[in-house]
Amino acid sequence: MIERLTFLWPEAALFVATCIVMVLGLSPRLAVRKLSAAVTVTGIIAAGILAWATTPVQTQIAPLAGQLLLPNLALYAKVVIAIVALPLVLLLAGTVDREEEASIETGRGTFNPLRSNRAEFYSFVLFSLTGLMLCASADDLIWLFLALELTSLPTYIMVTISGSAGRGEHKSREAGVKYFFLGALGAAVFLYGFALLYGATGTTNLNKMYEVFAHGGFNGLALAGMMLALLGLCFKIAAVPMHFYTADVYQGAASGVSAFLAFVPKTAGFIAILLLVSTIGDVNASTRAWLPESIRLMLWVIAALTMTVGNVLAVLQSNVKRVLAYSSIAHSGYMLVGVIAGPGDGPLAHNGIAAVLFYLLVYGTMNVGVFAVLACLEKGKPGGEIEHVETFEDLRGLYAKHPWLTAVMVICGLGLLGFPPLLGFFGKVPLFTSLAAAGEYPLLIVLALNSAIAAYYYLRLVAVPFLESPDSRAASLHVTPFRTRGLAGVVSAVAVLGLTLVADSILQQANRAANYRGAMPQMAEPAGDGKSSIRDLLRSTSAAPTTENGQNNDAAKPAERVSVR
Amino acid sequence: MLASLMLIPLVFALGVAAAPAARARVLALVGTLAAAAATVVAMTQFNWAYSGQMQHEASFNWIRSLGVTLSLGVDSVAMLLVALTALLGPICVLASTTAITERVKTYYAWLLVLQAAMTGVFIARDMVFFYVCFEFTLIPMYILISLYGSTNRKAAATKFFLYTFTGSIITLAGVVYVAYRHAMANSGAWSFELDVLANTAQSLTAREQSLILAALLLGFAVKVPLFPFHTWLPLAHTEAPTAGSVILAGVLLKLGTYGIYRIALAFVPAAVIDHATLIATLSIVGILYGGLICWVQTDVKKLVAYSSVAHLGFCILGLVALNSVGLRGSILYMINHGLSTGALFLLIGMVYERYHTRSMKELGGLAAKMPVWSSFMVFFAMASVGLPGLNGFLSEFMCLLGAFQASSAWSVTNLWGSGNAAVPGATPGELGPWYALIAGFGMVVAAMYLLLMVGKVVWGPLKEPGGHGHGHGHDAAGHSSHDAHAGGLPTDLNAREIGTLIPLAVLCLALGVYPKPLLDVLEAPVQKVVANVQQARESGYSGGSSRTANAAPATNEIASPTLIPASEVAR
Repeated sequence: MIERLTFLWPEAALFVATCIVMVLGLSPRLAVRKLSAAVTVTGIIAAGILAWATTPVQTQIAPLAGQLLLPNLALYAKVVIAIVALPLVLLLAGTVDREEEASIETGRGTFNPLRSNRAEFYSFVLFSLTGLMLCASADDLIWLFLALELTSLPTYIMVTISGSAGRGEHKSREAGVKYFFLGALGAAVFLYGFALLYGATGTTNLNKMYEVFAHGGFNGLALAGMMLALLGLCFKIAAVPMHFYTADVYQGAASGVSAFLAFVPKTAGFIAILLLVSTIGDVNASTRAWLPESIRLMLWVIAALTMTVGNVLAVLQSNVKRVLAYSSIAHSGYMLVGVIAGPGDGPLAHNGIAAVLFYLLVYGTMNVGVFAVLACLEKGKPGGEIEHVETFEDLRGLYAKHPWLTAVMVICGLGLLGFPPLLGFFGKVPLFTSLAAAGEYPLLIVLALNSAIAAYYYLRLVAVPFLESPDSRAASLHVTPFRTRGLAGVVSAVAVLGLTLVADSILQQANRAANYRGAMPQMAEPAGDGKSSIRDLLRSTSAAPTTENGQNNDAAKPAERVSVR
Repeated sequence: MLASLMLIPLVFALGVAAAPAARARVLALVGTLAAAAATVVAMTQFNWAYSGQMQHEASFNWIRSLGVTLSLGVDSVAMLLVALTALLGPICVLASTTAITERVKTYYAWLLVLQAAMTGVFIARDMVFFYVCFEFTLIPMYILISLYGSTNRKAAATKFFLYTFTGSIITLAGVVYVAYRHAMANSGAWSFELDVLANTAQSLTAREQSLILAALLLGFAVKVPLFPFHTWLPLAHTEAPTAGSVILAGVLLKLGTYGIYRIALAFVPAAVIDHATLIATLSIVGILYGGLICWVQTDVKKLVAYSSVAHLGFCILGLVALNSVGLRGSILYMINHGLSTGALFLLIGMVYERYHTRSMKELGGLAAKMPVWSSFMVFFAMASVGLPGLNGFLSEFMCLLGAFQASSAWSVTNLWGSGNAAVPGATPGELGPWYALIAGFGMVVAAMYLLLMVGKVVWGPLKEPGGHGHGHGHDAAGHSSHDAHAGGLPTDLNAREIGTLIPLAVLCLALGVYPKPLLDVLEAPVQKVVANVQQARESGYSGGSSRTANAAPATNEIASPTLIPASEVAR
């Protein structure tokens, strides 16, 4: 039991940070409460470093502990979560108590400790991230359920309190209530599925469940349980038929929170889906179908519908946040395709799970950039009621006044489209290759056609700010006083360009994480090399001391790292 | 060496973006001239004696785990098309001097990026790199059309983007399939090298090859454009700014024909043989239909745009003739069409800048007003019609001759009733004299519509659009105000405009009078393709037996790990 704790250092760090933030929130002084953001960022950085330094690399020869179907998933997922969470937190600056904080920043108002819930907001962010990381280390259905709920519950409140005063407040409350009830429904569905799975197998442990299924235990009850569980998880990833809340909630919530919703619950959902299907997957049954036919068919239909519904409905929208919500649905469809393709037969390019894991990072990065542009802008007179920028009309001719924001929008928008040579393209190529390898040609065509449909609205998203000339409305458009939001956008745009250069090493890491049941891929790099490349990545994104820490750690515990070959 | 051809425009594009707007045009001109100079250096270092070999090769790792590399290399075909791109670069910058007055930095920066992307397509030896460049031409062109085009520019730009993007993403799917089959045959080692993929693709079954051809054609035929995928072209051409049209006609359309030549013919020659008659039929429909539409046009620019549909039809016809004459004619046509149609678009742009109309109803008899312009117009129209002695004639003739000879005999229903009369100089092929004969009508139609256009616009009674004609009549200051309106342009062409036309005219004449050196250097690479096609023709689809041996799935070798001890450890 005790070695299980070695997996949980990052979660522990996040939890400690959460507690500190909550205590800070009790302080009557503004300066102390302002620290909550800094503590949040520090906590995430610490969690990222701990994830990458302390999570043991498991091998087939010496598996250690935890869930063993995708034994290295936790390491990759937690590092990616920390990397994407950083700009997300930057983007969330000033989301709650918007007016009050803005007036304090501009020197017009004074701080009222009773009216501010800034610290609580950040602690919800940290709680949600803790839950997300816990998902990645789950090896048990109960654990998985609790982690999923820990991820989601804070987001319900985050949505509800994120609106600005006035009309925005009502919208966000409406969104929060919708999100909560539908989320509870989703949770009920997958909890029911989990219960049936337990009934069918007599265990909640995923590893044991795999063994039961491997010995012919995948009966009708288990099938029903698995289907319900996957269906319920469709809520988390915003996939058809559980997608109905998406557009309304994304529209009602503040832009930063929408970006958070598009990454955090989605990642949790995909990790849970991967863990669940890994219990029934079988790479040795045949080279093609790795899932039982019924599950494959269900996922196939969900993926095709999700892509198509998301893209087609996105074309029809005039509200940018709704467009992004439907685009988020479509991207879930793309990623489901990788789940269907499965771990493949060895080579990286055949590994659909690696493609999904890589795409999570890719989508998270690009998504932050687009929402950051929206979060940076507001309209209305400086003294009056501030409204969020939401429609295409609002963005018209943005280039004239805010060329940098437009650049972020162009880069991230084209990235989401999957336009070469941006990051989104390299996210899609492994999905294409793994689908071809799995023999899913019809789905490959559906994916390709959907990418083409998506061109229409992403092009609009890029062209309206960049190419159209501003009209009178542009005059009331101004940038928020929260500079970190812009920083988040620039960081993600730079990442969309820059990560293409290191895409190869990230893919190698994703491939190791997607190492189904510890089977070593044929083209695997020696573990030492692989480690160093993600370490390089971290080195470029975080401060210098982290690397020293990591290296010391590496040197101190060589015995734990059994090399792959 | 080749990398510099792409890097120079890219670096200058960054420079243009960073420099003040007043310097943008000069910087862009220097950039395109530098790229042209680098191209000249590359051409002098190119060993033309071995024109069929890939030269200047270079390769860099990009995404190793997916087998994606940055591989560059050119043979004479690619080298000549790169040269065409480099030649049109400075001409486009010069042609935009007075036409582009707003957001000049954006304009010239993207023009340079476009040049880099187009060059990249021609020099790519890796399929993913090819695709990246092929796609990346869309963004600059989209911006050029939708920012600097005429009234209906946004719809045109969007249609252009969506058509091409949709087509080429299907192409990507087809290529990924070929790459997957390659990986299967090589125990999971992925590669996107063109040569490697070509070998794999040729070993597939008939059905697979046909589907791959369909996927490839969807991308390339839209770009060419082959009937019935041509509908975006007239719109895009009409709305694009002059330099945009020149590049579109001059180089972008050639990306499609080059793709068919370099990729479709190399990957799936057997499928191309099987479907040659279909492709040829579509191209002939394009030739005749495009020509007839031209005939009824009143918008000069639209007329030239539709004439591209017809001309590119000849180009495709030459390609699917699959013999040396047809292929060389087709490649020569790619270059010639770039020169003469590019020049026609330049000329139309010059008139448009002066009169702000392109309608033949409002323009007429400009020979009286603009003698220099008119002489150039007649010259390039003749080149485009295919007047012997100018460049268009030989390439068009070779395409037709290729199609004519691409059969061992007249087809089943013999013209003279009995037996199979031998075709002189026949090569094995799928087309035949009938195809050439029907396509030949296209030349007649081309002569009709172009001469009609020249007759109306250049000769005949002088017609000028209302505002301008009257302005000159009863206002003493009319002339100067007209000039100010048109950006200080004189009535007839100025030195800069003549300077943009002269190199094109010289090349049109030179290639018309003495095309032998070009045809000689094209012989070797074309022979390779012909040999490849011939081999495919003899052996049919070489898939089947040899493939199953290679394609033993690698799955079985992966040992399945035992889980029981593992979960014990977990407890």
